[in-house]
Amino acid sequence: MRHLLDFQGWTKAQVENTLDTARVMAEVLERPVKKVPALQGFTVATVFFEPSTRTRISFELAARRMSADVVSFAAQASSLQKGESYKDTLLTLEAMGIDAYIIRADSAGVPHQATRWVKGVVVNGGDGRRAHPTQALLDAYTLLEALGTLEGRKIAIVGDILHSRVARSNVELLPLLGAEVWVAGPPTLLPQSLPGARLTPHLDEALAEADAVMVLRLQKERMEAGLIHLQDYIAHYQVTEARLKKAKPGAFLLHPGPMNRDIELEGTLADSERSLVNRQVRNGVAVRMAVLYHLLVGKGR
Amino acid sequence: MRFKAELLNAEEMRRALYRIAHEIVEANKGVEGLALVGIHTRGIPLAERIARYIREFEGKEVPVGILDITLYRDDLSEIGVRPQVRETRIPFDLTGKALVLVDDVLYTGRTARAALDALMDLGRPRRIYLAVLVDRGHRELPIRADFVGKNVPTAKNEVVKVKVEEVDGEDRVELWEREEA
Repeated sequence: MRHLLDFQGWTKAQVENTLDTARVMAEVLERPVKKVPALQGFTVATVFFEPSTRTRISFELAARRMSADVVSFAAQASSLQKGESYKDTLLTLEAMGIDAYIIRADSAGVPHQATRWVKGVVVNGGDGRRAHPTQALLDAYTLLEALGTLEGRKIAIVGDILHSRVARSNVELLPLLGAEVWVAGPPTLLPQSLPGARLTPHLDEALAEADAVMVLRLQKERMEAGLIHLQDYIAHYQVTEARLKKAKPGAFLLHPGPMNRDIELEGTLADSERSLVNRQVRNGVAVRMAVLYHLLVGKGR
Repeated sequence: MRFKAELLNAEEMRRALYRIAHEIVEANKGVEGLALVGIHTRGIPLAERIARYIREFEGKEVPVGILDITLYRDDLSEIGVRPQVRETRIPFDLTGKALVLVDDVLYTGRTARAALDALMDLGRPRRIYLAVLVDRGHRELPIRADFVGKNVPTAKNEVVKVKVEEVDGEDRVELWEREEA
């Protein structure tokens, strides 16, 4: 694995190995001194062409906990001349001797292109609707922590599947670990097909006997574009305590954040015992430490 | 690699570890505040055995932790193969403890250096001792062992292989020679 762009070509063993390393990193984060010297001498750049404070902080903290130097570049893609500007920005950073680039962009494929422009390793921090692999890894880690195994477990992903890179990456990753993934959402927000997942417009069908439910954030733009009506969405797709009765007793709840309480899920659920949301955030740092360790160490110099 | 000699057999290994166990208790004037930390991989069963021997002759339990030094290695930015990160588990507060770091072979001293840094991040021990089954020389850092099972003068193209029942199915220390490429 030279870069982390998505999970194409990944094996179960590679995923498990990465998650094993993440477990050690989680233990490092429990220590009095939450820092190890492993990536001393490496420089990591977060290059965010689309704003995201949480993901950027999670990556930067991960790099710093491993003693890497960190620089950040943030810009609104809209203020850039797309295409050339992505390249120019990366080449400028390249000239400053960056070892790893964490790239987030609103257009799909920017991290892939970046691998042709820079010598350093590239980690996809989320590109368009395409992929958000570290989010899926932290979801898998959190699910494994809660369920013990994903073999034969049913995971439901609910919401705007069509525009969700989180859904796409989870649908690539979770079946590798043996999970059966169902995705549910309004017909206007479901893709035609999604290899690896079963699609349904009926929330109850996805929730039935599910071991865990991942609720996606509903973006305001979807309503503005007329793809859904808010009241209809809430009536048919909001994940509530009552609807969760269809799922296994004690089924866990995940959300990639930030949450719209009382829109995609009943507000109180987020704070209930089922909710793994805080664990997801905490595990995100450990998983990203593992990814950086796996990509940067062992390349030789 | 070519086999050259047996350095210790199972019985000699047992005696060496038994003696180290006694020396540790003697140096610490008892088992008060004593704790052992085994370094992955073979330092762990060796630490567990020393703890068992101390229990046998002192009748007291000495806690044992396990330490992985991978994230503290000084060559991570240059090596060509990524080492597997393994679990560190220290089930006791090491602040104020007299710790004995246990490893199978002492060679360049770089593992011991990394282990010292790792332990310092985990707490503030009162003092740290180093116990090794074999000291083969060729130190690259100012580090020495407090307790040594056997001193073995070696050449740099030789390899000391420590085998332990728990990992390798037998107790034996061997000297091998690396064939010239």
